[in-house]
Amino acid sequence: MDQSKIRNFCIIAHIDHGKSTLADRILEMTGLLTEREMQDQVLDNMELERERGITIKAQTVRTVYRADDGEEYVFNLIDTPGHVDFNYEVSRSLAACDGAVLVVDSTQGVEAQTLGNVYLALDNDLEVIPVINKIDLPSAQPEETIREIEDVIGLEAENAPLISAKTGLNVHEVLEAIVHRLPAPTGDPEKPLKALIFDSLYDSYRGVIVFMRVFDGSVRKGTKVRMMATGAEFDVTEVGVFGAGKFIPAEELTVGTVGYLEASIKDMKQTRVGDTVTDALNPCEEALPGYKEPLPMVYCGIYPAETPRYPDLRDALEKLQLNDAALQYEPETSQALGFGFRCGFLGLLHLDVVQQRLEREYDLDLITTAPSVIYKIHKTNGEVIDLTNPSNMPDASEIDYMEEPMVKAEIMLTTEYIGPIMKLCQERRGIYEQTDYLETTRAVLKYRMPLNEIIYDFFDALKSRSRGYASFDYEFDGYERSELTRLDILVNHEPVDALSFIVYAPNAYARGSQMCERLKKEIPRQLFDIPIQAAIGSKIIARETVRQVRKDVLAKCYGGDISRKRKLLEKQKEGKKKMREIGNVSVPKEAFLNVLKLDEE
Amino acid sequence: MNETGLYLHFPFCVRKCGYCDFLSFPAEEETRKIYAAALIREIRGNAGVLRDRKVTSIFLGGGTPSVMPVQQLRRIFSVLYECFDIADDCEITMEINPGTLNEKVLSFVFDHITRVSLGVQSFNDEELRGLSRIHTAEEAEESFRLLRESGVRNINLDLMSAIPGQSAESWEQTLVKAVSLRPDHISAYSLIVEENTPFGRMRDEGVLVLPDEETERFMYAETARILAEAGYERYEISNYAKPGFRCRHNIKYWRREDCLGLGLGAASKLGAVRWKNTDSFEHYLKHSADPGMLVCEMEDMTRSAEAEEFMFLGLRMTEGVSAQEFEQTFGSSMRVVYGDVLDRLCGQGLLYMPAEGRYALTDRGIDVSNMVLSEFLLG
Repeated sequence: MDQSKIRNFCIIAHIDHGKSTLADRILEMTGLLTEREMQDQVLDNMELERERGITIKAQTVRTVYRADDGEEYVFNLIDTPGHVDFNYEVSRSLAACDGAVLVVDSTQGVEAQTLGNVYLALDNDLEVIPVINKIDLPSAQPEETIREIEDVIGLEAENAPLISAKTGLNVHEVLEAIVHRLPAPTGDPEKPLKALIFDSLYDSYRGVIVFMRVFDGSVRKGTKVRMMATGAEFDVTEVGVFGAGKFIPAEELTVGTVGYLEASIKDMKQTRVGDTVTDALNPCEEALPGYKEPLPMVYCGIYPAETPRYPDLRDALEKLQLNDAALQYEPETSQALGFGFRCGFLGLLHLDVVQQRLEREYDLDLITTAPSVIYKIHKTNGEVIDLTNPSNMPDASEIDYMEEPMVKAEIMLTTEYIGPIMKLCQERRGIYEQTDYLETTRAVLKYRMPLNEIIYDFFDALKSRSRGYASFDYEFDGYERSELTRLDILVNHEPVDALSFIVYAPNAYARGSQMCERLKKEIPRQLFDIPIQAAIGSKIIARETVRQVRKDVLAKCYGGDISRKRKLLEKQKEGKKKMREIGNVSVPKEAFLNVLKLDEE
Repeated sequence: MNETGLYLHFPFCVRKCGYCDFLSFPAEEETRKIYAAALIREIRGNAGVLRDRKVTSIFLGGGTPSVMPVQQLRRIFSVLYECFDIADDCEITMEINPGTLNEKVLSFVFDHITRVSLGVQSFNDEELRGLSRIHTAEEAEESFRLLRESGVRNINLDLMSAIPGQSAESWEQTLVKAVSLRPDHISAYSLIVEENTPFGRMRDEGVLVLPDEETERFMYAETARILAEAGYERYEISNYAKPGFRCRHNIKYWRREDCLGLGLGAASKLGAVRWKNTDSFEHYLKHSADPGMLVCEMEDMTRSAEAEEFMFLGLRMTEGVSAQEFEQTFGSSMRVVYGDVLDRLCGQGLLYMPAEGRYALTDRGIDVSNMVLSEFLLG
């Protein structure tokens, strides 16, 4: 395969700016798909993604374009996940490309995530072609959008195609731009194999399918390959390229191409995204740069709502991890919730996605506990421990000091919301750094914030206080010493370990009384008064009471219709079954997460 | 000989009350006549079902049985006597709405009825209007007097607490008024707002003003106190009687004794089988001669379903349930099946043991009886 006829690129865009739609049009216009194969959105094939409108698991597709110059070009369109939680995955997908198409919605303009992804692309030395989308809409402002791209991002956008991915208008221009403005790969076919893993997939029949980009050399069936970071070696059983949703076997993956590799690999941990694949017998000298172990940032406990389904939950997590190397979990036991797992996630969206996949794909009913970040505890004996579960916090007397993770947050918004959003950031202990004005009506606020202040509901609060006009991006920014303490919640005088959480000490009273009020609303009235208390150590700092049920009688039992009465009692009993018994108090399973949500209009 | 109750349903009323979710609707006289004919066909169709059984109680419920043309009622009774073996001392109850009592009804009552249940609900006119009742307090009192004068020796008054606009005082006045009439039995229900009733819709719209919880609870306690002082003994959650005047028919339900239900939507239990007749008026009229065609919900009760009923029905009676009777009936001990539940509920002060081997609801247990009784569902 002639490298000069290959274009490896990705599409980058903010959520809803039209990435998947443009991908569909490109696939359609390159003619590899029949109408029948053409689903609404070819790239997003997980049910979940469709509903959320975002792409979770990167997929990639190879397609052939006959350009205006009469030549055929192979396009490898590499899909990238579009959320900050998957930043590392995005960066590896970008590293597999030579260029990128930046889609900007002409009705919305540049947004925080767009910016983040463009910088990631530029960091990876990609050539970026801006494309202005949705120009068919009456509210489109293409000129302003072009100016914004030039001013804010610093990309020349004068000749950016003005398109409607939806109607197909001017998408042809995008295809020609890909051919003429994006560079071809420039690897050396004679050098030893050097390929980048940018994604992988687990198939129960074929094992792990590794998605990779060949930078130097080539690979074929029978090649003995080595993963340079993990050291694992395998005999290749198949290589191939990505058709429309299909794996198409090939003789060989030559230099510059994008494709897949199979080698009866059973464990995804051996084929980490970002690792370099080389020839075990003739290895390259050094690996491609940029490999990182995935680092969970957020932890929470996941428990089956019904205890007997613990083994099902374990199996489901095991299967999910095959496909999601960033997901970590280990068994833990809660006094309140029984057997479950402490799981680590890249971020809140990742948590949300995993939880929903467990519930939908594995039909599990789950209880999730308060998400927690990783705190560093410096003990008086000099030991430093990473705390992922508040229950494991050592006694106060053993703690010298604690540190919490910080993030750099960038919030892009229209200027009228600067006031309310600055207030929000201050409430969440944000340290103001600067405001950059993109134009007269739009700005980027930069804050340094504790991660634990954004993991519950910061995003929701941001949206509600800006009427949806603010977008938000963050990156990890080290640890900082902080005054932290554990807040315990007692229900009917019994501490509920699943409700304990670490809180910034000066906020403990406010959070404690808020938790008690919340929980009071969540716990239905029962046969006796139930005190709900918040405590730091042995000191009670807040209290509420769920008053006992006064009256619940079915007075009349008419004409001997006993089955009607039975149904009523059964309904009552069913309602109770859906709850967790803590001590002798029934607590609805939603309560565990609902109590953490702060009040926002 | 096996004793059995009969329940006859009359799904007609003059006007639907705001709280009512029973199977009942206003209808033309012609419709009521057609229904009576269908009911007679159903009675004849069931003649064989109660062979070798003695009918010891009959209950005419509704709806408002007293809106039926009296001539039809008489025909129904002659067929009942023809088809079933009715005991000489059979308790025969008829529900009567105070607004529907007239000479003809009185003469029918005199000939056939041993016990009348009068739907008074309240002795406060404003409250009666709020319930969409068709009678005033004075008319209710007059009806009671007429029944007594015509010789009915067993009269129940139906009363309802926690209704819209009611205060603790007005409920007390209703109770005092009721007691002053010296009825033999009082059923005092607390209003339950059901979905699919005008009250249910009003509640959802937030326009139904009901007494608050504390008041309602106070009313409940007052009911027991005032009626006890007047010599009425509480024998079931909502039922009070002078000695010797407990309702035999209703006790059959609590004791899981057999009862055949006749008429639209009527519920039956014979042996270990429970079933219900169709709710569809057209279907009923068409098929009533063939009772098998009317069955819409039939349940062959398992041993454990029967044990559950033994508990949740038996505990409605103030005398409670007997462990010995449980063991005789089911062959395993009540403690083996329900030991944990009984101990827990006793510990929580919701059950107590009025005698060795008996369990009954405490006052607090009665207040929250739904929660208590649901604990006895197995599985």
